[in-house]
Amino acid sequence: MKLSRRTRATAAVAGAASIAIIAAGCSPAASGSEDGEVELTVATFNDFGYTDELLQEYMDENPNVTVVQNTAATSNDARANYFQKLGKKGLADVEAIEVDWLPEVMQYSDLLAEVPSDVSDRWLDWKVDAATDADGRLIGYGTDVGPEGVCYRSDLLAAAGLPTDREEVAALLEGDWAKYFEVGTQYTAATGKAWFDSAGSTYQGMINQVEAAYEDPDSGELIATDNAEVEDVYNTVLDASATQSAHLGQWSDDWFAGVANGAYATMLCPGWMLGVISGNAEGVTGWDVANVFPNGGGNWGGSYLTVPANGANVEEAQKLADWLTAPEQQIKAFVNAGTFPSQNEAYTDEALTGFVNEYFNDAPVGEIFTDRAKAVTVAPFKGEFYFQVNDAMQKALTRVEDGTQDKQASWDQWVSEVDAIG
Amino acid sequence: MTSTATAPPSSVERSKDPAGAPVRRPPRRIAFGHRLSRWDLKLSPYLYISPFFILFLVVGLFPIAYTAVISFMDWDLVRNSGTFIGFDQYVYVLTQPKFWIALRNTFSIFLLSSIPQLILAIFIAAMLDQNIRAKTFWRMGVLLPYVMAPVAVALIFSNMFGDKYGLVNTTLADLGIPPIPWHSDAFASHIAIATMVNFRWTGYNTLILLAAMQAIPRDYYEAAAIDGASKFRQFRAITVPSLRPTLIFVIITSTIGGLQIFDEPRMYDQFGTGGADSQWLTITLYLYDIGWGQWNFGRAAALAWILFLIILAIGIVNLLVTQKVVRDEGRRDAGSRRERRAAAASARRRRHDHGEPTLDTQEAAR
Repeated sequence: MKLSRRTRATAAVAGAASIAIIAAGCSPAASGSEDGEVELTVATFNDFGYTDELLQEYMDENPNVTVVQNTAATSNDARANYFQKLGKKGLADVEAIEVDWLPEVMQYSDLLAEVPSDVSDRWLDWKVDAATDADGRLIGYGTDVGPEGVCYRSDLLAAAGLPTDREEVAALLEGDWAKYFEVGTQYTAATGKAWFDSAGSTYQGMINQVEAAYEDPDSGELIATDNAEVEDVYNTVLDASATQSAHLGQWSDDWFAGVANGAYATMLCPGWMLGVISGNAEGVTGWDVANVFPNGGGNWGGSYLTVPANGANVEEAQKLADWLTAPEQQIKAFVNAGTFPSQNEAYTDEALTGFVNEYFNDAPVGEIFTDRAKAVTVAPFKGEFYFQVNDAMQKALTRVEDGTQDKQASWDQWVSEVDAIG
Repeated sequence: MTSTATAPPSSVERSKDPAGAPVRRPPRRIAFGHRLSRWDLKLSPYLYISPFFILFLVVGLFPIAYTAVISFMDWDLVRNSGTFIGFDQYVYVLTQPKFWIALRNTFSIFLLSSIPQLILAIFIAAMLDQNIRAKTFWRMGVLLPYVMAPVAVALIFSNMFGDKYGLVNTTLADLGIPPIPWHSDAFASHIAIATMVNFRWTGYNTLILLAAMQAIPRDYYEAAAIDGASKFRQFRAITVPSLRPTLIFVIITSTIGGLQIFDEPRMYDQFGTGGADSQWLTITLYLYDIGWGQWNFGRAAALAWILFLIILAIGIVNLLVTQKVVRDEGRRDAGSRRERRAAAASARRRRHDHGEPTLDTQEAAR
């Protein structure tokens, strides 16, 4: 849910661009003919960085193949389309999916073609694990990931007497969540202003480090309400948010205003968030990004390519998906659209590691996020009900933040809501 | 079609016969033509209106029935199959606190939008019905918000109703009034959403009521003016009672629209799921979330049927209440329809007996 909202920033551009592409791509699913001519459709959303030139490269290498890309404006549109057509007719030969709804896709993994085992060591381990079903079938070709760092306003930190250099900030925040909130206490004590944007987004960073938060990985049963780790995270983030949060729900109009007007000093920051910040806070010079994340690494977002098993050209589609997610192509996509690679080999490539972001005071973001991706060790288990439980939790946190309920009442309501799920 | 093509030649043929003696024609053909034209008379009207009903059958009635079937199942959208589980989905929906909150919100928003909207629409329509300059300009002006897409309206208003940096709250702050928690207080959020609905629909209802007002014979007003009735009295005693059928239409359509309200609450915050504490969760929003958020179409179908029954019930109540509250055209005394009809009949009889001109002949004389 949260990730899909990043589309807000890009939706307008993607929407305008996609109209033309959709018009061309509406033709029924690709069909093969006797002379080996194949037309393949690729369905993506937002901006995957697959430009016409990139696709043309593939067509030049494979003269018998024509590739048509069909771009949905938002991930939500793509999700609705995916589940309405999966198992029936009408899906593209290669369909992009997002980790947000990967758990739902995994329930129907038998309807998708398996990724050949010879390429499965291409990606980060946790990226592969998340898309592998109970039978050990990998069904998604990983595209990008969202390794998280910490974005901060150096001008606001300076006002509080804290270091502003990104290496010093990284050293300052190095440690667990208690350390992050401790520095937050220092900051609010010095300035009286908010340290982070909202309890919800910080919670998201914390819960994604818990291996089995809401469901038992073996049985799939709901364990959320009895899980001490969840309750602990809930209490920790709300205790901190009482004094340190700007109480701006992520992606709300107020939150976007806060990105620009300095309502908070830091926020958890996946690679793709940089574009959201620079797009919504033009002219603000203070934003910077530090190579650090509380309690190790964290991932937020990312996508896969899937090949529906009942397509007309499954083999050709697999070849295309293979090619598109190879490190060389993914790096080109990253340069085009900022989608950070999930492929091991890409991390040693100069094109990636040397990448610098001007807006963030020339931060070496390629290098920073490569480190952040390597720091991710946990692939949290997300089962059938992850989406609903987490959504209810986000609402519970919001209720406390906006003062509708106190911590205990909100937790109790969440428990009763989770009990009704299923 | 065939019958109308064959019938005229036969009559022409007949009239051509100079002697006036009947021409012998195969009786079968006449009989068939007759039969055709009888069918034509009886069936054609149905044939002409059938496209609507066939279409309605396919895209209206079938989905409604299919929804009913799915509502008794645990339905898997992707695998397109389900298992029959009886009334479980209905029981689940009705025992959810969220459902009752959604019902409360829906009615609250509906009342907050419909009532001020209708009062305002009648008032504006009455103003536009006067002799004012640049009539078309004003009339088009009130319809302008209706032209805007509801989602666009919702986006703009949601921004204005931002809790911290929204236009409304910053203006209030400038005036020294504490900000209103538009997104955490249920009633405040209802008012904000009702404002969007009113902005969009008041003009539409105004134009419909204006059309009805213009159909009121001007004689009534002249007569009332001569009798010394004030403008307000004329409005109360002539305009409002004459609007009865139109008001019933407007109230029923705004009830259906109000109970199905979706776009505005959906666009009211960044998630579109009705707020952290379901402050502005409406029935349709809840339905959408169950269907397209959780992919639980059995449950969503059950909720859709419950909503259908609610609208049906409200529609009937609405009709009864409006019939009671809004008086019939030009009628001053109370009394049932039967009494009125009896009175009218006896009046006719009296006129007839006394040789007084009846209403029809009066009309003809004019």
